[in-house]
Amino acid sequence: MTAVRDTNPGIVLSGLAKSYGPVRAVRGLDLAIAPGETVALLGPNGAGKTTTIDMMLGLTRPDEGTVSIFGVPPAAAVQDGWVGAMLQTGSPLEHLKVREIVRMMASYYPHPLAVEEVLRITGASDFAGRWTTKLSGGQAQRVRFAAALVGDPDLLLLDEPTAGIDVEGRRDFWQAMRAVTERGKTVVFATHYLEEADAYADRIVLIARGEIVADGPATEIKAQAGARSIRATLPGVDVQALSALPGVRSAQRHGDAVLLSCSDADAALVSLLTVFPGARDIEVTGGSLEEAFLELTAADADASRQRTEAAR
Amino acid sequence: MTHFRYEILRTLRNRVFYAITLALPLVLYYSVASGQRNGTFDGTAFPLYFMTAMAVYGAMYAAVAPGARIARDRSRGWLRQLQITPLRARTDFAAKAASAYVLALPTLVLLYLAGASLGVRLDADQWLELTGLLLAGLVPFVVMGFILGYLVPVDALAAALGGVVVLFALLGGVFGFQLATSGPLFDVLKCLPSYWLVQAGKTTLGGGGWPAQAWIVVAVWTVALIPAAALAYRRATSRV
Repeated sequence: MTAVRDTNPGIVLSGLAKSYGPVRAVRGLDLAIAPGETVALLGPNGAGKTTTIDMMLGLTRPDEGTVSIFGVPPAAAVQDGWVGAMLQTGSPLEHLKVREIVRMMASYYPHPLAVEEVLRITGASDFAGRWTTKLSGGQAQRVRFAAALVGDPDLLLLDEPTAGIDVEGRRDFWQAMRAVTERGKTVVFATHYLEEADAYADRIVLIARGEIVADGPATEIKAQAGARSIRATLPGVDVQALSALPGVRSAQRHGDAVLLSCSDADAALVSLLTVFPGARDIEVTGGSLEEAFLELTAADADASRQRTEAAR
Repeated sequence: MTHFRYEILRTLRNRVFYAITLALPLVLYYSVASGQRNGTFDGTAFPLYFMTAMAVYGAMYAAVAPGARIARDRSRGWLRQLQITPLRARTDFAAKAASAYVLALPTLVLLYLAGASLGVRLDADQWLELTGLLLAGLVPFVVMGFILGYLVPVDALAAALGGVVVLFALLGGVFGFQLATSGPLFDVLKCLPSYWLVQAGKTTLGGGGWPAQAWIVVAVWTVALIPAAALAYRRATSRV
């Protein structure tokens, strides 16, 4: 693999499309991932993340388009042991102990890591002798992580790896993950946790309704959405009037507090103070990834609505 | 090799299943055959006939056993996990088939011992020949286990596997009677691998081994079932 990596074309998805009956799960996805990148596929449920990952693994055949993993089709990359994955399904086998299942997975790969080392990295050493059916959710997730990792794959594909795991478990998982990515692996993970994408990915690919709606580092995505909000204390004011202010996209009122979501926060602030000089405790906050996420996925919804209407 | 080892380990650790494939035919054998030590059936001594029949019965359960494991793995999503490793499907099949035979062999040996205790006497090479015929005749049942494992939902699988074994056992004459000994129905029964499995004791004692028809029946069933198993596997592993 080292020889290959020098001229490594990375991962290329081009024109990828997949429908399940009338549902267009993925519609024309183009994505290039360089070797060593950690990329988050971020999107709400049903956005097409799992379908995309399944197509990258060769588990699902695309209707259109191609996937190339380090220059070869997914099946060939899997066959050569370049790919490790944590699927959403895939609970550990019965009648095997944790160490045994990791050892079994290791035996499938041409150049596996040392089993004990992997158990240590993934935090599974403490319960390595336990039956795989007697594990807590967090422990089972560590075993699945160990199983994905032990083959020493160049590409790790993780489909919502921390779904159903508590906050502490998630932090431990990503800490272990950091240790792994430092070894120069390419990592692609699907998530709907914004903070995860923000904290652990070099690059976020925002997916909604089977399409990429934004692609770049977290900071860039926040800037792209340009969302800023203004909070103020302003008793007895009409929400309609606030919404009508220039630069304000939407307004909410909670008791005496108002929250303005702005397309142009500067203009909104000026007009707010002009029209409502009684506004106090004013606070302008920079766009959070969450706001960017909501805005970009919503913009997409509007766009598809318009497309649908145009089609009628 | 590690995969083989763990497949066999998983089989043996399923103690309840293992105990049943061993104990059920043994209990049936003693409860039926001990009263008919000097009887004859179908032109052969009853203890030999019924020893073979019960060995076949237990071994058939062992042969389809990988199907149960396949269905559980499938329902747990493990089949998809295996698909994305470099493990080749045929290595997996071979390991699972081997585990079926590891489960079947002790059943045979146990029934041989039970048979010997009720006066069944065969030469060493006859014991070996009988074993060879039984192992060969089990091949279609191993493949049937695969097909059911890949096709049938896990909660219906025990019934499906048990049903297939009982049906073939019944039609093959495992339970101490035959549905027909002449006529068109008999011709149909003679096209079942389980019929020839049960006949293995008699033909071994007769010194003739299996007639050509027996080999053809087993071969045709195997050759016909393998593409079905391949289709079932493909169906189980492909997402629409």
